[in-house]
Amino acid sequence: MNNMETEGAIHYDPAIDNSVDDINAYLEGTDRSLYNFRDESTDYYKVDSGLTRDIVDKISEEKHDPEWMHEFRLKCLDIYNNLNVPQWGPPIDGLNMDNIVTYVRPNTDMKASWDQVPEEIKSAFDKLGIPQAEHEFLAGVGAQYDSELVYHNLQESVAKMGVVYSDMESALNGPYKDMVKEYFMHLVPPTDHKFAALHGAVWSGGSFVYIPKGVKVEVPLQSYFRLNAKGAGQFEHTLIIVDEGADLHFIEGCSAPKWNVANLHAGCVELYVKKNARLRYSTIENWAKNMYNLNTKRAIVEEGGRMEWVSGSFGSHVSYLYPTTILKGDKSSCEYTGITFSGKGQDLDTGCRMVHMGKRSSSLITAKSLAKDGGINTFRSEIKVLPEAEASKSSVDCQSLMLDDISRSDTIPEIDVRVDNCDIGHEAKIGRISDEAVFYLMSRGIPENEAKAMIVSGFANPISKELPLEYAAEMNNLIKLEMEGSMI
Amino acid sequence: MSKLLEVKNLSVGIADGQILKDVNLTINAGEIHVLMGPNGAGKSTFGNALMGSPVYNVLSGKILFDGEDITEFTPDKRAKAGMFMSFQNPLEVPGVSLESFIRNSIRQKTGKPIKIFSFKKEMEETMELLNMDSSYAERDLNVGFSGGEKKKAEILQMLMLSPKFAILDETDSGLDVDAVRTVSKGIREYQKRTDGALLIITHNAAILEALDVDHAHVIVKGRLVTSGGPELIETINKNGFEEFIREAETDHE
Repeated sequence: MNNMETEGAIHYDPAIDNSVDDINAYLEGTDRSLYNFRDESTDYYKVDSGLTRDIVDKISEEKHDPEWMHEFRLKCLDIYNNLNVPQWGPPIDGLNMDNIVTYVRPNTDMKASWDQVPEEIKSAFDKLGIPQAEHEFLAGVGAQYDSELVYHNLQESVAKMGVVYSDMESALNGPYKDMVKEYFMHLVPPTDHKFAALHGAVWSGGSFVYIPKGVKVEVPLQSYFRLNAKGAGQFEHTLIIVDEGADLHFIEGCSAPKWNVANLHAGCVELYVKKNARLRYSTIENWAKNMYNLNTKRAIVEEGGRMEWVSGSFGSHVSYLYPTTILKGDKSSCEYTGITFSGKGQDLDTGCRMVHMGKRSSSLITAKSLAKDGGINTFRSEIKVLPEAEASKSSVDCQSLMLDDISRSDTIPEIDVRVDNCDIGHEAKIGRISDEAVFYLMSRGIPENEAKAMIVSGFANPISKELPLEYAAEMNNLIKLEMEGSMI
Repeated sequence: MSKLLEVKNLSVGIADGQILKDVNLTINAGEIHVLMGPNGAGKSTFGNALMGSPVYNVLSGKILFDGEDITEFTPDKRAKAGMFMSFQNPLEVPGVSLESFIRNSIRQKTGKPIKIFSFKKEMEETMELLNMDSSYAERDLNVGFSGGEKKKAEILQMLMLSPKFAILDETDSGLDVDAVRTVSKGIREYQKRTDGALLIITHNAAILEALDVDHAHVIVKGRLVTSGGPELIETINKNGFEEFIREAETDHE
């Protein structure tokens, strides 16, 4: 079953690095030479979704795009208009594609007022201890948050080490504009799936990070995208390049529920880990529960490089999220540690993919999921070991905990091995929270709800301890709130 | 002596049928009672029903604790009232350390914040008393503990929570001689510290040797068939339960 990809039956041929192109052909499992999108398209500006060239032009203009980006957006628009919505995952019927324009039109329809922000979101801010000043910003109604200074200071402190850290828009026109052009959406091409194309056409905000050769950034770099760029957090683009022998821990997101008038999130994360470099990318996503989170994250790791994902998925109505790692170089490695929590009305389809290309490459996947109040979790893992990836190793461990009889957890593993001498393991456990264990904890004076929360936090503990302390605390707090059922 | 636990005409069942029939038992503050009986007689059911296990339903009768009717209390409320049970098969809870579990339990039970320094000190001393390696404090609750360490951890919890009344459900089963001695030492310490009462459910007299047992009871087929002083334990050690089983059969034919 190779259905983790959308039906990307259209070939778009930007001048990209061949190896990446090959990889993406592998990923799609399609023979790309069969398709040549440009020839097929007679009506370049055909619009069947309400998203028009005018709108994309306007976004491009407002962002002061260089010409190549403007063109790129238009190409993406074209691809977008010719791709179908994915059919293989949780239903996204609630996403009105004819109205897609209202999700992306800059400034005009996006504004909300504080009065419109649902009460439960407001109370969640309080419960999570988010400062009052950030409330309006996080709710998407604050025009500007005065944390630019914080952001600026952070930039200055790492700049001393030669680190480049800025928002995507600045990077496009800054000193590293050529690098941006070289890497932007080469790892995740717009042909990947409809929402990648949409992202390419209307992306806005996000972070650009470049760590020069041999530079080891000691403290985690935290994205303040919740605090900076306009309209950020909906189509934001993250591009991180960790050059040879460099080291970075990047943290994105926060535990506060992000609320938007529009309910579509189609971000894109591209991570390039060069020879002997290491990148740890931690994220907690907690979208409001009306949100369709169709996010694409991908990393490519060169020889001896190491990629580490720590991923927490909370919130959203529907999620499609499968961080992908291409272990391109020999002895490259990747560790994925993730947790997904789905409650009432949530259908979260998450997982990860590893593509082994390099000899003696290794991957380790530890995934946990929790479902309660009728929530649905699907864990998809895909391990591909290509013929050249001799002596590779991969191990998948997936555990699901269901907190009641009405919730659901599925595991869909896919293993595709094209070489003899490799070591592949897969282990999945799905279980219910044990009444006996709850009784045991209660017999010590712990009330039922807290006993359950304790078991759940304990279950999540291997993930939270991978996070920096304040994020681990936030995550535990979040789990507690989810357990109380008082969260959005 | 003041009545601590009064069980009145208690009948208990599970979905499949009745297990305990009309059990009456009174335990005064500070007393040690021993509950014995053949396999499947309902000993553990009795202990679990006293603690409020959701597996068992009270069909009729009452449980009074400290004069209060706790028959309908949830297990956490019973614990707060001063009850405790050492589990026959303590459960493994991954991701929750033994120490944080005990700290949480004390905080829940007392409703007061913990004084970390004195807590740590008491915990260390108590673990030493029970010959437990201090590294167990940081380990996930019961995860990968040997049978003996699990039981010691139960006694540790009892000492740290200092309940008024503790049920020890076959705490000695499967333990080697040394571990039985250690558990027995823990029980004496518990009595010394708090003058707590105990209901010891056991198959084995070894754990009782160093304890001053006040009363012994024999349960057969869900009925308390006889009660007596410590001499009853010796009788059973010598003759087994056969006599009581026969009596129970003739009584109900």
